[in-house]
Amino acid sequence: MPDHIADELAMFRQTLREFVSAEITPHALDWEEAGRLPRSLFARMGGLGYLGVRLSEASGGAGRDFRYTKILVEELVGSGSLGIAVSILAHAEFATKVVDRAGSDDLRKRFVAPAVRGELIGALGVTEPDAGSDVGAIRTRAVRDGDEYVVNGSKTFISNGNIADYVTTAVRTGEAGPRGISLVVIPTHTPGFTAAARLRKIGTHASDTAEIVFEDCRVPAANLVGDENGGFRLIMQGFEGERLVLSVMICAQMRLMFDAARRYGLERDVFGHPVLGFQAWQHRLADVLTTIEAAEALTERAVDLYVRGEEANSEISMAKLFSAEAAVGVAHDCAQIFGGSRYMEENLIARLQRDSLAFSVGAGTSEVMREIIARTNGLVPPRKAT
Amino acid sequence: MNILVCVKQIPDPAGPQELNNDNTLKREGKLILDESDSYGVEIALQLRDTAGEGEVTLISMSPGEPSGLRTALAMGADKAIHVVDDTLHGADALSTAKVLAAAVQRAGDYTLVIAATESTDGYTGTVPAQLAEILGLPSVTFAKSIRVEGGKVHVDRQTEAGYDVVEADVPAVVTVTAGVVEPRYPSFKGIMAAKKKPLETLAVSDLGLDLSSWGQNIVSVEDAPSRAAGEKIEDDGEAYLKIVEFLEEQKVI
Ligand SMILES: Cc1cc2nc3c(=O)[nH]c(=O)nc-3n(C[C@H](O)[C@H](O)[C@H](O)COP(=O)(O)OP(=O)(O)OC[C@H]3O[C@@H](n4cnc5c(N)ncnc54)[C@H](O)[C@@H]3O)c2cc1C
Ligand SMILES: Cc1cc2nc3c(=O)[nH]c(=O)nc-3n(C[C@H](O)[C@H](O)[C@H](O)COP(=O)(O)OP(=O)(O)OC[C@H]3O[C@@H](n4cnc5c(N)ncnc54)[C@H](O)[C@@H]3O)c2cc1C
Repeated sequence: MPDHIADELAMFRQTLREFVSAEITPHALDWEEAGRLPRSLFARMGGLGYLGVRLSEASGGAGRDFRYTKILVEELVGSGSLGIAVSILAHAEFATKVVDRAGSDDLRKRFVAPAVRGELIGALGVTEPDAGSDVGAIRTRAVRDGDEYVVNGSKTFISNGNIADYVTTAVRTGEAGPRGISLVVIPTHTPGFTAAARLRKIGTHASDTAEIVFEDCRVPAANLVGDENGGFRLIMQGFEGERLVLSVMICAQMRLMFDAARRYGLERDVFGHPVLGFQAWQHRLADVLTTIEAAEALTERAVDLYVRGEEANSEISMAKLFSAEAAVGVAHDCAQIFGGSRYMEENLIARLQRDSLAFSVGAGTSEVMREIIARTNGLVPPRKAT
Repeated sequence: MNILVCVKQIPDPAGPQELNNDNTLKREGKLILDESDSYGVEIALQLRDTAGEGEVTLISMSPGEPSGLRTALAMGADKAIHVVDDTLHGADALSTAKVLAAAVQRAGDYTLVIAATESTDGYTGTVPAQLAEILGLPSVTFAKSIRVEGGKVHVDRQTEAGYDVVEADVPAVVTVTAGVVEPRYPSFKGIMAAKKKPLETLAVSDLGLDLSSWGQNIVSVEDAPSRAAGEKIEDDGEAYLKIVEFLEEQKVI
């Protein structure tokens, strides 16, 4: 890596670390209690240019690559409240990146640039009550009427659904299956748009998650992202970035849990010596650390391929699969060393542990990751001609 | 309005602090912008922006990489002068002031030289006054706010009782108390721009200085004495009275 890039990355990390520890971490519990992030955080981070690091300069972003997103994710996870990272990344990556990449200049100007500045908040709406993993089965319909689409249907589990100003939405504009899907940006002030009550989750409490309903929502046809019926491919390409974000998030979360466990294990005395005085615990945490290093190495490799613009679908899926599955065990092992306090709400490890449970689902389940790995590595026998 | 800001680059105070064999502080690792100086940088940027013209130039003397200077450039300073010279190893406060004064004289026209009241690592709090003396400029200390108007600098100078309102001709050397403003975070644009800003690296000979000795020889360094046990007050229901009395004695309340 050339020196000037290494310097820039290091300075970005240092700056974010100070920002997170002074402006975010002290408020994390309040925001978990509130179930959402305040708009002012988006405005503050946008004003400093932290939300557009990987978005194009044409959209007011910095036009940098995923290594910068990685730093953003890692430092936000450092706040100890995963929901904060989820909410910010749903905005700065999931909702906006696809519009930046495939949308018209007009869409970039109206939706991406204000998101970069933190003035508008974005969400990505793909999952529906009856279609999650099977994106090709979504039913929310957009019917062309003059120079508008009329949208009817519903979405669920949408991060930022209640606080968003717009939802980058997967809709059906054509035939059944993947070839009839489009992406449309739907402003949340559109008549007929409702975000139903906030969904109550078992973790990531600082991230707002909603079920949303569209009833005869009229949206300008100009809000179509890319080609009509070309949405499925865009969504799948977008998923690569999202899964990489998740992999990075998981690795950072595992590190945080390991550090907490190690600190506690050295501090807490049982039977006259620190818990880590037991070889049983030394070995258990040695295993944990080895798992984390493996997950990080896999993630780093996926990031590297992705940044260089090479085919990375298989490696990204492996990184996401391996880290997400590992996180549950790592969380359990790291929490266990805390004894009874692992179960107490005020304890960081308790929150980190429950926040880890969504990893095997978000941005594509572990089973779907295995499907991709099987498909991209010659594990699926060709169908017999009939 | 051109403003010069003296900023010290120091080893991260959060990290381990080690001494060399000659009892000077090890400065081999990554150096950061002394937090004490971030307030002066912020005030300088605000003064420049209010004036709508001029430049903020950083001046620093330290070994190693200019990583702390880059941070201040990312905050918005325009350029930097970095004096790096092995012969400066172990320089004392007066020698430091001489070097900074020579760098100031190279920096062109300026209205103010800003420094911190004291640094985080050396904290003698003597360099800025020496600098003013060498440059033959007024020295105003402990500023909590600075305004330049009608050829004069107006400073609210912090005191125990409140603050004094002080005025001096410009150019002047002004030291800024820590915590009086909220230093801005470098924006991402600032971070990107930082590496393209002019940064001049100078040796002692470039400054036309020829000092054969930099002054001090640190004979030994002792650990601070560990604190004596405090006084225990048993609570018989009236303990608060004793605590109040103690705090009054200490002039805390
Ligand atoms: C905290 C959180 C935030 C989220 N945020 C968003 C968001 O912002 N936007 C958004 O659009 N969605 C979001 N989601 C939804 C998420 O993407 C979906 O939950 C996920 O894709 C799974 O879909 P589903 O819940 O419908 O499960 P289903 O697809 O119904 O899956 C049920 C089970 O079947 C398994 N399965 C599916 N396919 C196969 C297969 N081929 N082989 C074997 N097993 C299979 C699944 O792995 C799972 O175990 C979020 C979810 C959570 C938990
Ligand atoms: C045990 C020990 C070891 C030391 N080792 C070293 C060493 O190896 N190298 C070394 O340089 N000093 C070393 N010093 C410090 C040195 O002796 C002087 O104290 C120092 O140069 C004067 O700085 P100060 O931090 O006391 O300045 P102060 O007077 O407290 O500084 C006030 C302000 O003046 C400005 N300023 C001061 N110094 C500089 C600078 N160098 N560049 C730009 N602005 C500045 C800053 O704005 C600063 O906040 C050591 C001191 C001790 C006690």
